Amino acid sequence: MRNTYIQEKVAKVILAIFTLLIVLVLFSILGGIFIKGLPALNWEILTQVPKGGYYFGKEGGILNAIIGSVYLAIGASLIAVVISVPTALFIHTYLFSFPNWQKRIRLCLDVLWGVPPIVYGAFGFNLMLFMGWPTSLLAAIITVAFLISPVMIRAMDESLQQVSHGLFESAVSLGFYKGEIGYKFLLRQTLPGVATAFLLALGKGIGDTASVLFTAGYTDYIPESLTEPAATLPLAVFFQLSSPIPEVKARAYAAAVVLTIIILTISISSRFISKKLSKNKIA
Amino acid sequence: MTITKRLSHEYLRKGWMQVALGIILLLPFAIGLSLLYKAWPLLAPSGLIDVLLGSEWSPMQGKFGLWPFISSSIIVSLMGLLFMVPVCLSAAIFITQFAPAWLARSLRSVIDILAGIPSVIFGLWGVMTIVPIVGDLATSYGAGNATGYSILAAGIVVSFSVMPFILNMLIELFESVSIELKESALSLGASYWQVIKDVIVRKLKPGIIASFTLGVSKAFGETIAVLMVVGNVVQVPKGLFSAGYPLPALLANNYGEMMTIPMYDAALMLSALILLIIVIFFNYIAHKVIRYYHARI
Repeated sequence: MRNTYIQEKVAKVILAIFTLLIVLVLFSILGGIFIKGLPALNWEILTQVPKGGYYFGKEGGILNAIIGSVYLAIGASLIAVVISVPTALFIHTYLFSFPNWQKRIRLCLDVLWGVPPIVYGAFGFNLMLFMGWPTSLLAAIITVAFLISPVMIRAMDESLQQVSHGLFESAVSLGFYKGEIGYKFLLRQTLPGVATAFLLALGKGIGDTASVLFTAGYTDYIPESLTEPAATLPLAVFFQLSSPIPEVKARAYAAAVVLTIIILTISISSRFISKKLSKNKIA
Repeated sequence: MTITKRLSHEYLRKGWMQVALGIILLLPFAIGLSLLYKAWPLLAPSGLIDVLLGSEWSPMQGKFGLWPFISSSIIVSLMGLLFMVPVCLSAAIFITQFAPAWLARSLRSVIDILAGIPSVIFGLWGVMTIVPIVGDLATSYGAGNATGYSILAAGIVVSFSVMPFILNMLIELFESVSIELKESALSLGASYWQVIKDVIVRKLKPGIIASFTLGVSKAFGETIAVLMVVGNVVQVPKGLFSAGYPLPALLANNYGEMMTIPMYDAALMLSALILLIIVIFFNYIAHKVIRYYHARI
């Protein structure tokens, strides 16, 4: 009897220690990035493009990567929304009475979610060659849009599953078309879920390196059109970190801090939104 | 609005919904076929087995043996598995069974934040924190490669970068166990810990295994974080501290040269295809198991 009691105490302590390890790792990551990066961060680095070559030039900053990431994120998430919202709604309106098809599509999306970004990168590269595009912002946007769409659809689908079937059925009985029900009722009902799904995908899109490695093409300049190459923050971290010159390395740390702050902002605002927007929801 | 106008709007909506769904459903096939098409020139003359198990990698001579890369990938992801199993299982059990509500809530926020951190940041953390520690370890064990850039470092970094993803699945799984099951075991005189290890974990076993399968396949495809700490030496890894060169790293490091050396692009696209096939296979099985589970509970 006493034995099981001791066993339980010991087990609890061990579990708690392993759990603590995860918390420690998070703090070690954030702490490490901020300690290295904050000293490197100043107004100049945020507002200037690199001067004299990205690998060797000591002057300048990471503005090219910041703007590139913003363009990429806006473009890719817009395309992803245009693909994702209709798909998610289709699953819950027109396929309402075909649960087997719903299951198959979900499986396909889950599998797509698991495909590594680098494979999307290779596919994007092939697509780019096939279409005859140069390495450009456009190619990167398309690749990232493909990468984040499954995430967005699946997350929206999860929140659409929470809506009661009665809503759809009563709307059908009132004579609404299925598409109308999707956009007018289901979408409004799941607005917080849709917003969180969007932010989840946005964060994934901004942070991903491997998928844009082939397609973005790295440059020191701010892209002025869709067909010009672009730099992004993760690429700026990745490429500049291996430089032997301390000033360039400092730019990598600065880029890492900016990236981390953006990601943290997205993840905090998504929690905030999901709390705020769920007020006018029919239970 | 007249009925014809409403109907035509509806057709437009339905049409675009179908096109969007079509794009998504065709995507895996498009990816697979485009990679296969590009890899075919290498596959056709030399045969799949020779390429997969050949260990000679010299693109200039046209020798493309992928075994060093495949073996590195396997070892790194298995090592990642070794680290993530105890940590993920403990954390999932602690959060769902022992932690008070406020603590569970804040721990879940920690997991959510960790899940959002990009892999390049994990890589940077690995370079700053893990690699020096592994380097010190290697020196004290007198290993040949004392830089710390090794498959051990890669295993540690990849396990933490995949962890939040698995933890979310495990937590969902543990929460799906019915209270009645716990209560009836407790009423039979089992201690709380006994209920967890002999009833709950046993009941969830296939689901837990499936979650870790997904974790391994995610680790298999992890690119940037691994690439930054693994050392990138073309060899079949011989020990914990030796450097490796996983498949995704091969792709990411060499895309620049692939258009200049003949057949190089075919070899790289083949490695992407291998990644795709392995990941799809594991994902398919694991999701089937998890689905089956959710349907039964």
